[in-house]
Amino acid sequence: MSTSNYATERETTEGRVFTVTGGDWDDVVSGVDPINEGRIVVNMGPQHPSTHGVLRLVLELEGETVREARSVIGYLHTGIEKNLEYRNWVQGSTFVTRMDYLAPIFNETAYSLAVEKLLGITDDVTERANTIRVLMMELNRISSHLVWVATTGMELGAISIMLYGFREREYILEIFELITGLRMNHAYVRPGGVAQDVPDEAIVKIREFLKMMPKRLKEYEDLLSGQPIWLERTKNVAVLDVTGCVALGVTGPVLRSAGLAWDLRKTMPYCGYETYEFDVPTHSDGDVWGRYLVRMAEMRESLKLVEQALDRLKPGPVMVADKKIAWPAQLAIGVDGMGNSLEHVAKIMGQSMESLIHHFKLVTEGFRVPPGQVYVGIESPRGELGVHAVSDGGTRPYRVHYREPSFVNLQALPAMAEGGLIADVIAGGASLDPVMGGCDR
Amino acid sequence: MTDSKPTTGGVPIPVTPAGATSGAPAELPPSSPAGRGMFGNQGSGDVSGFGGLVRPRPTRTDSPRPYGGYFDEVHDALEEAYPAFGEAIEQVVVDRGELTLHIRPERIAEVCQVLRDDPALRFELCSSVSGVDYLGADARRLHVVYQLTSMTYRRRIRLEAAVTAEDPHLPSVTSVYPTADWQERETYDMFGVVFDGHPALTRILMPDDWEGHPQRKDYPLGGVPVEYKGAEIPPPDKRRSYQ
Repeated sequence: MSTSNYATERETTEGRVFTVTGGDWDDVVSGVDPINEGRIVVNMGPQHPSTHGVLRLVLELEGETVREARSVIGYLHTGIEKNLEYRNWVQGSTFVTRMDYLAPIFNETAYSLAVEKLLGITDDVTERANTIRVLMMELNRISSHLVWVATTGMELGAISIMLYGFREREYILEIFELITGLRMNHAYVRPGGVAQDVPDEAIVKIREFLKMMPKRLKEYEDLLSGQPIWLERTKNVAVLDVTGCVALGVTGPVLRSAGLAWDLRKTMPYCGYETYEFDVPTHSDGDVWGRYLVRMAEMRESLKLVEQALDRLKPGPVMVADKKIAWPAQLAIGVDGMGNSLEHVAKIMGQSMESLIHHFKLVTEGFRVPPGQVYVGIESPRGELGVHAVSDGGTRPYRVHYREPSFVNLQALPAMAEGGLIADVIAGGASLDPVMGGCDR
Repeated sequence: MTDSKPTTGGVPIPVTPAGATSGAPAELPPSSPAGRGMFGNQGSGDVSGFGGLVRPRPTRTDSPRPYGGYFDEVHDALEEAYPAFGEAIEQVVVDRGELTLHIRPERIAEVCQVLRDDPALRFELCSSVSGVDYLGADARRLHVVYQLTSMTYRRRIRLEAAVTAEDPHLPSVTSVYPTADWQERETYDMFGVVFDGHPALTRILMPDDWEGHPQRKDYPLGGVPVEYKGAEIPPPDKRRSYQ
């Protein structure tokens, strides 16, 4: 073994380890005989572009075959759950929306449903608020799946689908910006309802989207579904059957691609999903191809749901009537984002002292939530997104835990990757659709 | 933040909070979880007169039969299928339409096994494992919470097992629910609960050499004060706030 100037080597219990700081790779590995020494350990990530953020995979390779795969996470841990305990219940929406940044509306809705259940006001949430939630969630599901098909396409070598997917996602983000004031991290769905009503121009834009999107989905399928390389890279790759999925806790499109039609919108409905008409697409192969088909079909189902939600959007309040909880409904979008509406400011500053006191108390103190604990699960684009919220009767959450589908699903990666080729690690990992912001929280 | 020292640039850099590295922080945290006073901070001139206020901790009590819904069925099916039921179940709580079974920690894996395998129960999916630290409210302050889902019957129940911080051991359920692997690691990482029999109980979200368990209530948030338009804004854990 020649010791290079660029790499230091040392013996560890795991074997010989090189620390590479640049230079000629051939020099570094010249002392290693890949045929006789057998296995090499490769660190994929945490900055590998194909690992969806900062996921690190430690792969033990024998030639091109993966013998062992271990995922290392935590690089994006930001302590959101701990931080929540130091803010009041409403401020929590602003934190949780930043977890899974591709599905912010789902994080907010799950949190709001949990707080509402703790408060016992689940049935008081207005019909319009629920319809808006469904509308926003389904648009968000489409945008999330679009990013999935875009990034997965790119990782498997189809660059055009990446550009198209992000283009259509951008359209949805514009709708979100019209409604919430922000493209991402909306803090729009709040305990008790939503922050403010949907403006008319957003409805027009969503209608246009509904007209445009089926054609676009057809284009994506024309690009991918018959494409020999795409078929080669996805069919019979990273197979996981129903038993494996349930044992490893994998839910969402991955579970449905294995054949079990488990969708919380159907099996344990919330926000009035039981009153909508939609199907739960499944596939039987449990491979990357099946997951692709399921996600494409789910986007079509989401379009149906968006259309139904638009049709039943009747005028009405978007926040519960209880004024002890309902402060955030007096918000409006200004030039610098969302804030208190001008009428509201004029009222509390100019007309009503009681309103000012009330506003001050709700903003500084917040509302109290009776002690207890609840668990709420909703169907996010990645699977069951669960919120376990505990209150001790105070104005702040005592504990909020997110059951993040990205976190749980990533456990399945070794089961999918081991024994396969290294190239299929990328396909398998991508098919789980992990978002590290959600995974590490 | 009181324990910060100014540097040359005028930007204060906080001293690392006591618990952040030692893992043995103060007895009670300075802010909210203590449930003391009106604003949760001491020594900052609380003139509200509520400084001595102590909010009582809620105590949980057994729920009376019938529990309602499918809860009675689950309860009775478990009683029938699991001989040590009387000894293993500490409490049955029904609240807000959710059933919580408080389990003796050493029995948790057995109970999960029965809940998963019995044809009348069939809780195939372990949705979530996490912890809650009831510091000051419960002598066995670390609670491990399991959310189980029955895909067959479309039911959910919650199991809760309480251990002390001095002896935070309970059996791992990974042999029953492989999905609990990472979730138990997270609970260990955040609360310091040791799951005996776990294949590789290491930290998962925090760095491997981290000391202390951040989600415990006596672990400080460790916020940093920020300057805004000339004024210093204290970190959220040092601010006055209603609790």
